[in-house]
Amino acid sequence: MSDENKTDNGRRTLVIATAAVGGGAVAGAAVPFLASLSPSERAKAAGAPVEADISKLQPGEMMTVEWRGKPVWILRRTKEQLATLAKVKGEMADPDSARSEQPEYCKNEHRSIKEEYLVTIGICTHLGCSPSSKFQPGAEGGMTADWQGGFLCPCHGSTFDLAGRVFKNKPAPDNLPVPPHKYLADTKLLIGDDSKGA
Amino acid sequence: MTSKPQALLNWIDERFPLTSTYKAHLAEYYAPKNFNFWYFFGSLALLVLVIQIVTGIFLVMHYKPDASLNAAGVPVAFASVEYIMRDVPGGWIIRYMHSTGASAFFVVVYLHMFRGLLYGSYRKPRELVWVFGTLIFLCLMAEAFMGYLLPWGQMSFWGAQVIVNLFAAIPVIGPDLSVFIRGDYVVSDATLNRFFAFHVIAVPLVLLGLVVAHLVALHEVGSNNPDGVEIKKKKDAKGVPLDGIPFHPYYTVKDIFGVAVFLIVFSAILFFAPEGGGYFLEFNNFIPADPLKTPPHIAPVWYFTPFYSILRAVTSDFLIIMQAGVAAIWVWSLMRAPFIGKAIATAAAVVLIPGMFFIDAKFWGVVMMGAGVVVLGFLPWLDQSPVLSIRYKGALTKTAIAIFVVAFVILGYLGVLPPTPMRNLTAQICTVIYFAFFALMPIYTKLDKTKPVPERVTWK
Repeated sequence: MSDENKTDNGRRTLVIATAAVGGGAVAGAAVPFLASLSPSERAKAAGAPVEADISKLQPGEMMTVEWRGKPVWILRRTKEQLATLAKVKGEMADPDSARSEQPEYCKNEHRSIKEEYLVTIGICTHLGCSPSSKFQPGAEGGMTADWQGGFLCPCHGSTFDLAGRVFKNKPAPDNLPVPPHKYLADTKLLIGDDSKGA
Repeated sequence: MTSKPQALLNWIDERFPLTSTYKAHLAEYYAPKNFNFWYFFGSLALLVLVIQIVTGIFLVMHYKPDASLNAAGVPVAFASVEYIMRDVPGGWIIRYMHSTGASAFFVVVYLHMFRGLLYGSYRKPRELVWVFGTLIFLCLMAEAFMGYLLPWGQMSFWGAQVIVNLFAAIPVIGPDLSVFIRGDYVVSDATLNRFFAFHVIAVPLVLLGLVVAHLVALHEVGSNNPDGVEIKKKKDAKGVPLDGIPFHPYYTVKDIFGVAVFLIVFSAILFFAPEGGGYFLEFNNFIPADPLKTPPHIAPVWYFTPFYSILRAVTSDFLIIMQAGVAAIWVWSLMRAPFIGKAIATAAAVVLIPGMFFIDAKFWGVVMMGAGVVVLGFLPWLDQSPVLSIRYKGALTKTAIAIFVVAFVILGYLGVLPPTPMRNLTAQICTVIYFAFFALMPIYTKLDKTKPVPERVTWK
């Protein structure tokens, strides 16, 4: 065997080391490019709480406010609507909201601070569409005959009751999330902030 | 003495492989002489790619990727598209060429892929041609999806919302990944700008590279034909395949005829039904994006609907069927497959079967939708038939392909409709058929009674 075919091991080690250092440099250079894809400081800062005046909301009516680019629903439930919650409890995927997202003070059977007012983020937990209101019970509203009123997600057909709890065997895994919120006055809500005091 | 043009050509050829490239890919690229109707769609796909690039360049000159509201309270991006449609001279036709071109692209690509399926064009030695083609299809889907966000209409916004949220279904990293894709916590201006960048430069660059790779690989191995006979096996004294004819002028002329017919149909749609009855451009997309309100019925554009139906079909009660499917493949591999196959199937079964108990259906829907596209790339290895073309395959394969096509069309049709329990069940059955077509292919293509393949291509 001639010398030309022999591998120069020292040189090969140098080639490998150079390639490894070069690869490290490429990986390092990729960092700012990848970082630039994550949310900017401005996007992170845009999350200020919003106030909602609910004085004009009549029983059975719902209003929508925008918080962090998402719709937040405030539904003033009637006595009859509240009564449906117990009726549909058996058909719920997570009836006690054990694994769903809500502040501790809303982890109750009506999922709200005040029984009457449901405050929830109107974004389906499946793939993020905003469900439509289907408050009319029965088949007249285009739902099934035993429909008690609630919400229907137009994208993949998930249904929710009037506390935002998801029905069993639907694509959405969890109940609609309840954002942190508090009452500044009897008819004034602050959404996005539930800190006590001041 | 050589003539002046010849001298110039010589001068170039000494510095750049002009004549040899022309010969290798056109004048002396020998294609089988028995190409039929189905062989128009490859060149048509190339034509539509050119249409999309040219119209796209001119659209970018007027379009603004900006989600902020203008003085009239309309998002700037939405307003700029309306400006192109109403105020830019010729803008409306350029925009309609681009939006109709997107649908035309998928029409010709689906037909082109079906041709490959019919004549076994993915079989050895054309596996890489097919794999590059599958990657082109994936790129096209990404390109179409991101392009659809740009007009910033209701369907743009909510379509992107749903698809980006699919990534949030991935366990552990999902939620952070979806924020990373959007560049924000919701679909916003940041998302619009990056989709614009991907749509106009990043994905097209990859797409062009893949198209070149697709053609280079094709010209390396030579085209298949409706008989699935290898023409390179019978050559004349000069080494030219007996059943081959030069691509230029024979197939350039044939393809120009195809281009003319295509352009007649394309123009008819362009001038008389540019929105395709709501299938090419959905009516809700003429409403500016509203992050607070989802349109009462949302569906993707028609070319995504078969895969979208698969996504919707995977509900928690469907998982048991998927588990059974994985178990069946596993058991089959233990009996029949070589050791490496056994190992892969066992690992997959150990991960997937318990996985379907612990991770919810939403994630598996995403997996199945992705698998529906990726599985196409494995066709060269799934088809175990001794013959390539459907002409010589038996009744079993023909029936399988027919059922598969029907299931695919039903999935596509269901994907544009709102879900009901009955439709969901139908979609689930069709999803099973879709995957069974691929999973059972190694079995039925082997069992099938094939006909003898002729020595030379058949040709009238």
